[in-house]
Amino acid sequence: MFSEADLAAIWLTLKLATTVTILLLIIGTPIAWWLARTGSWLKGPVGAVVALPLILPPTVLGFYLLLAMGPDGFIGQLTRQLGIGTLAFTFQGLVLASVFYSLPFVVQPIQNAMQALGERPLEVAATLRAGPVDRFFTVVVPMARPGFITASVLGFAHTVGEFGVVLMIGGNIPGETRVVSVQIYDHVEALEYAQAHVLAGSMMVFSFLMLLGLYGFQKKHFFAGIR
Amino acid sequence: MTEENIPVADTQPVNPAQLHAKFRMRYAGSDSSAFSLDVDLRLPGNGITAVFGQSGSGKTTLLRCVAGLERAQPGRLTVNGETWQSATLFLPTHQRPLGYVFQEPSLFPHLSARGNLNYARKRSGVANSDDLYEQVIELMGIKPVLLRYPHQLSGGERQRVAIARALLIQPRLLLMDEPLASLDTARKQEILPYLEKLRSAFDIPILYVSHSLDEVTHLADHLVVLQQGRVAAQGPVGEVFSRMDAPQLVGSGASVIWHGKVLERKEQWHLARIACAGGELWVRDTGDAPGQQIRVRILARDVSLTLSRHEDSSILNRLPVSVLEIATDKEAGMALVRLQAGSDVVTAQVTHRSVDYLQLAPGQRLWAQIKSVAIVR
Amino acid sequence: MHLLNHLLVTALFSLLLFNHVRAEEVHAAVASNFTAPMKQIVEQFEQSSGHDVTLSFGSSGKIFAQIQNGAPFQVFLSADQQKPEALEKNGLTVPGSRFTYAVGSLALWSARSDFVDDDYTRLKQGEFNKLALANPKLAPYGAAAVEVLSALKLREATQPKWVMGENIAQTYQFVDSGNADLGLVALSQIMHNGKIKKGSGRIIPGELHNPIRQDAVLLSNAQDRKGAQALLAYLRSDKAHAIMRAFGYTTE
Repeated sequence: MFSEADLAAIWLTLKLATTVTILLLIIGTPIAWWLARTGSWLKGPVGAVVALPLILPPTVLGFYLLLAMGPDGFIGQLTRQLGIGTLAFTFQGLVLASVFYSLPFVVQPIQNAMQALGERPLEVAATLRAGPVDRFFTVVVPMARPGFITASVLGFAHTVGEFGVVLMIGGNIPGETRVVSVQIYDHVEALEYAQAHVLAGSMMVFSFLMLLGLYGFQKKHFFAGIR
Repeated sequence: MTEENIPVADTQPVNPAQLHAKFRMRYAGSDSSAFSLDVDLRLPGNGITAVFGQSGSGKTTLLRCVAGLERAQPGRLTVNGETWQSATLFLPTHQRPLGYVFQEPSLFPHLSARGNLNYARKRSGVANSDDLYEQVIELMGIKPVLLRYPHQLSGGERQRVAIARALLIQPRLLLMDEPLASLDTARKQEILPYLEKLRSAFDIPILYVSHSLDEVTHLADHLVVLQQGRVAAQGPVGEVFSRMDAPQLVGSGASVIWHGKVLERKEQWHLARIACAGGELWVRDTGDAPGQQIRVRILARDVSLTLSRHEDSSILNRLPVSVLEIATDKEAGMALVRLQAGSDVVTAQVTHRSVDYLQLAPGQRLWAQIKSVAIVR
Repeated sequence: MHLLNHLLVTALFSLLLFNHVRAEEVHAAVASNFTAPMKQIVEQFEQSSGHDVTLSFGSSGKIFAQIQNGAPFQVFLSADQQKPEALEKNGLTVPGSRFTYAVGSLALWSARSDFVDDDYTRLKQGEFNKLALANPKLAPYGAAAVEVLSALKLREATQPKWVMGENIAQTYQFVDSGNADLGLVALSQIMHNGKIKKGSGRIIPGELHNPIRQDAVLLSNAQDRKGAQALLAYLRSDKAHAIMRAFGYTTE
């Protein structure tokens, strides 16, 4: 059903989405925690920057990332000083771009779940001698678990579905930057509609199943966790 | 520890103060409900001290200040000689050896009842004793529900687990913020006996916030009355209740609380004779064996006065008393008469007409007839 | 009264004007490599003819798919010959209307000045990070670029450094932003008034690849549309050819 190139694109896409999801959970959790708790005036600006990819066309983000990663861009200068060259047309570059692009999809569910906890569980934990770090890992993280699961699913699915940014900075290198969405685009552009259908249809089914599973989980959790 | 001598509202000395709390705090309320707390308390280092007041009187805020959940400035707090808060020090909540029972049970929903208890055991900072664990779950009667999750427990069971959890942290001070307020009457009756047992089984000072007179009379040894963020009265519970301004303080008819010891049981009458400092009383037989400590409450409106001893009456209890003072009650036409009975005090609510008719005056000797005595443990 | 008179005069005048030139709306779909010259050509065409042209730019493949699914274009300027031919076979064009409007040229280009030399030394010695070209599967300029590299016997040597744009416009972006040192781009993208406008580059001789013939076609829904026919005719005029040459295209 799939050609070898298709399979390479699928494997690359899964690798990219997994890497990005793990990184996003590591990066997004402290950001979400800060946004959920802070009273600082910076909350608005930081929240807006995090949410930007929700409304920006991916081509805008891709365009600026392409410029920023270039030898004269600030990311490019940094990476060159670190001795790793420039990131455009590399897997690492895609990872970086995807982290930016999918950030709100991870930060916002976690932030919402953390905000929904309120003060009380943290106060309870404090009266049980749990220090701040202890409270975070034994109360906040497990109680915000549905938020983390939603964030992981959305972050993963959104990275899989990413196209515009990859197109702008990827360079369509097989096994390195040619992900499924680009492969579909190539099939369509080359008038290979049959192959495009197979890949695009699979992606539809995949996305649908992920969201279906997520909503099923959320409903179940809503009833179980209401107390 | 009593390094400075701050006058306490009541003159009679109580146990040496073990908890010294001095807080000043101001809230800019959103809707003209600007609220301030300004208290200076010296409380005994054992037994249950009830913090009583109407809602908005600052009792929860006081408790939260003691726990370090609110930061009163200026604030001072010493507990058993340890300073928890001073001008230069503020121990965060998790470094204060206290237990806290919140108004709503507040169990961690992601942990089973046992998981919640273990959360406290792991962090108690004291050598874990299985005996204590067994004792606490026995005391709170939660053995059958340990494997359940909070949403599978009844409200009463949840609160008992929460109390057990607070005990297992092995606190040196237990704070309870209206632990029964979120429960209906039946559940309250379910938990009260556990709290009574708690008082006798653990030698931990307990600060118990409540706006329920019933709970206070049942449980408290010592009473702090807060009104609009200030201490209106404090002292041993019987003493505060017998004050002439008690109706204004606690919002119910004047009463006294006496401690007694069971002398004998008359099962054919379903009665027991108890000895109190104010005299001997017949009370309903509760099955307590002779020698058992018991606590009774006598409402002023159940006490009437006669000049001579009437043996030809259905009233069981009559005691010789002498008039200490007479004051006007807040109820129209009524007077409160404070009486010396034995070495204790009892108050009677009578009409002004009776005061005139009997020509009552301080020092006068007469008989108090007590229509009913409520046993509150 | 004054207002009424004014309206009447305006109405009469427009009627006369319509009668005179029968101004029409023309909707043309244009391959993105031809964007810049087409804008200039249409500006002149509108002035001289009175017709009103709406332009849609995009990759030829996308336009092709849209036309097959009923997009209301009247004129299609492709980047290749295959797609107009295929439409012709499917009966979606006015028979006999297809012709080659321009022939494209390739350039080896870098955004850095003095980077591209005259005899491909840098390309041969591999002294560059990436070589950008359009995806040969999709873009005629990409297919031509691969032919050039084969002719220079550099295909295998350079392939690990290829980065491919989905179309020639994106290929240009990769080089222009400095992310790729070198690129094989359309001459029209870097040429302005007969000169290379930025960086360094050299024109690839036409012998190194099959000519990049770009065909235009009148679509069947514009059978009787005078405006669309006039636009196609104007593309063959000297004035239009002069503009194309200034952008580095050759004409037949």
